[in-house]
Amino acid sequence: MNIDHSKPLEYSTETNDLNIIGFWVFIGAEIALFATLFAAYFILEGRVADGPSAGHLFVISTLMIQTFVLLTSSFTIGLAVNAMRVGRKGATIGFLIITLILGLGFVGVEIYEFYEYVHEGLTLQTSAFSAALFTLLGTHGAHVSFGLFWGIAIIIQLAKRGFTPRTANKTFIFSLYWHFLDVVWIFIFSFVYLKGMM
Amino acid sequence: MEFFKQFAVPNPTPTIYLSMVAIGLTLIAVLAGITYFKKWGYLWREWLTTVDHKRIGIMYLISALLMLFRGGVDALMMRAQTSRPGNELLSAAEYNEIFTTHGVVMIFFMAMAFITALMNFAVPLQIGARDVAYPRLNALSFWLYFMGAMLFNISFVIGGSPSSGWTSYFPLAGNQLSEHVGTNYYMIALQIAGLGTLITGINFIVTIFKMRAKGMTLMKMPLFTWSALITNLLIVFAFPVLTVALAMGTMDRLFGTHFFTIDNGGMAMLWANFFWVWGHPEVYILVLPAFGIYSEVISTFSKRNLYGYTSMVVAIVVISTLAFLVWVHHFFTMGQGAFVNSIFSITTMAIAIPTGIKIFNWLFTMWKGKIQFTVPMLYSIGFIPIFTIGGVTGVMLGIASADYQYHNTMFLVAHFHLVIIPGVVFAMIAGMTYWWPKMFGFMLNERIGRWAFWNIAIGTCLAFFPMFIAGLDGQARRMYTYSEVAGFGVWNLLSFFGGLGLAMGFILIVYNVYYSARYASRDIGDDPWDARTLEWATRTPVPEYNFAVEPEVNTREPFWDSKYEGEKLFKEKITDIHMPNNSGQPFIMSSFFFVLGFGLVFSLWLLVYIAAAGIAVLLFYRSFEKDDGRHIHEEDVRETEREMGGDTR
Repeated sequence: MNIDHSKPLEYSTETNDLNIIGFWVFIGAEIALFATLFAAYFILEGRVADGPSAGHLFVISTLMIQTFVLLTSSFTIGLAVNAMRVGRKGATIGFLIITLILGLGFVGVEIYEFYEYVHEGLTLQTSAFSAALFTLLGTHGAHVSFGLFWGIAIIIQLAKRGFTPRTANKTFIFSLYWHFLDVVWIFIFSFVYLKGMM
Repeated sequence: MEFFKQFAVPNPTPTIYLSMVAIGLTLIAVLAGITYFKKWGYLWREWLTTVDHKRIGIMYLISALLMLFRGGVDALMMRAQTSRPGNELLSAAEYNEIFTTHGVVMIFFMAMAFITALMNFAVPLQIGARDVAYPRLNALSFWLYFMGAMLFNISFVIGGSPSSGWTSYFPLAGNQLSEHVGTNYYMIALQIAGLGTLITGINFIVTIFKMRAKGMTLMKMPLFTWSALITNLLIVFAFPVLTVALAMGTMDRLFGTHFFTIDNGGMAMLWANFFWVWGHPEVYILVLPAFGIYSEVISTFSKRNLYGYTSMVVAIVVISTLAFLVWVHHFFTMGQGAFVNSIFSITTMAIAIPTGIKIFNWLFTMWKGKIQFTVPMLYSIGFIPIFTIGGVTGVMLGIASADYQYHNTMFLVAHFHLVIIPGVVFAMIAGMTYWWPKMFGFMLNERIGRWAFWNIAIGTCLAFFPMFIAGLDGQARRMYTYSEVAGFGVWNLLSFFGGLGLAMGFILIVYNVYYSARYASRDIGDDPWDARTLEWATRTPVPEYNFAVEPEVNTREPFWDSKYEGEKLFKEKITDIHMPNNSGQPFIMSSFFFVLGFGLVFSLWLLVYIAAAGIAVLLFYRSFEKDDGRHIHEEDVRETEREMGGDTR
């Protein structure tokens, strides 16, 4: 393995370089995926059948908690990558742990929110609107949940193996993934919740 | 007993029971054969765990050919059933299943696998790379495709095949109108295979962008590599739409959601739109690599460089953009209104422009060239007129108002077969014949190949030209029979004979493989066609590391120029070569996907949980695995090179 020391550790080998670019392409595919889910949501939004509509359901408090928690986690994972660039292993792991705790908080609030929706009479089977809403939010939530497990695996590897081109590469790619989920959330925040509450 | 009832086929016939027995016996024979010849170890070490792009390509090729025969038998049964009025060879229900599986198998499991086979084999060689960017993901792609294909194929004997057409329009594909599990198979098998395709897409984009030989700028890439790049970009942006549509369809069927239902706000047209937003780019995903192959073959056998290289590249890019803007033309009659239809009518006809440019470029390449009528060249020349007829009738269908006459008639069936058979199947056979010596170290027999070509070309025309007339006379597609007074009998009989011609052609191809494997000369050198691009600069058959020394290029046709213009391709010395390790994980993980899929089809949740847990464990295992590959030592490379041809550079 040829290590190029003039570059940051996560870019330092050819494999690392390929992995990062490949992940960007993967994010391209994810954009297409979420774009389709958004399109479906916009089309089915008004088709509420006998169930509750968006205006009835959305609550500002849980939304603000979710948004605050997730945006903060994006900041902390940025700090984790920054700490990695300056070679501070403890700080990197610490910020990653904070990120995951925030992510866990997000998923927790989302589950609570879904529970509330069901109480309001909106289940997956209620209407086309409910199916599209749960699928869009659920796909995002499932991505965050997957990220929690992925993050744990990376923290363990960082703790055991320290900074190597491999672990640095994984941490960096994980941060790309996490930021991407944040971007998707901003779209959900604007075009699902705010639009629904207006 | 109750438990086993769900696996029964809904409308069993002697044919199905017979196939069950045949499948069972074949399976036993294969397993016994491998055991008797003690090949399990070989199979595992050399094939099931391989991450070599060439071997993965060959496995795709074999699977594609198997699926070609599965889909081909379906086609013959349809043609036999409709060969005369009031025929009772097949029931309406069986006919529905057969035209559905014919479409699905041919598009997803034959054509997709065939293009992936040739991309896998040729692209890394054409750009002078040692492998793809992610060899292990490449193996995962193949095994996901393979397991998806197998899952789809067992529907025939376990639980029943899907029967709502390859487009699986809702509400027909919903639970009310398609009660048995067939459509579950469709949704889930395509999801698994589609995941594999998406991974291939990412893999090849990165490979082509990052792993080209020194000096090979984008505008010096061979045209096949260009078409592969654009095709994979289409895959990455089109397949997620299918993923979502299939997931929604699955949820409608398994969890009672209302995406595409008639009641509770569901919208069946949403499926049609999503399906074709993926489906139309899919047409170009298939046909662009075919165009790439024709460009290589026509230039090689005309002994001329490709005419209008830049315009070829531009045409591919324009086609790929337009591909996303025409999907509505698949359902002009389904209620959009005149304004929307007009827009999609215009975008549809616009595609004829870049395609026309390509046709003329191929013709100009042949102009004043020294044309050699080899088998790949015959397919390329045959492609041009037949494809043009298919394409021109496509423009007719693209006129929205006129489409009300053609829609869902045999005219449409004739059109898309006359596009896709010369456009994809001819190209795949041409490409297979062209690269065969590089893959296996011997050439396919030219005489048998020519016989196969003429059978296939004439068979195609005979099978599909009559459908234009039957369609204009009003014969609807997907009808299992018709009455004698309709007057369709003669046209359908002609079609049936055409189908037999095609079948004969494909049998000859298989015979050719057998014949050539036995009798063809192994002493063919590294460059039997006197070709122009880098894949011919390496040894035959290709050693696992592809190139002993990584090539450096200055021109568009580096190998040709190294032969005749004195360009030097290999400038550096042989050093240790870094290669990836084999792994059984892709195969094992895909097997879990198969179990997961089977569990979902029948809603056997325990099975689903076990398989999902298996996949999760493998993902974790992979994350913690330390695998930096291995090195082939300089002396070993020298030794191999010496055995294969002397010059050790």
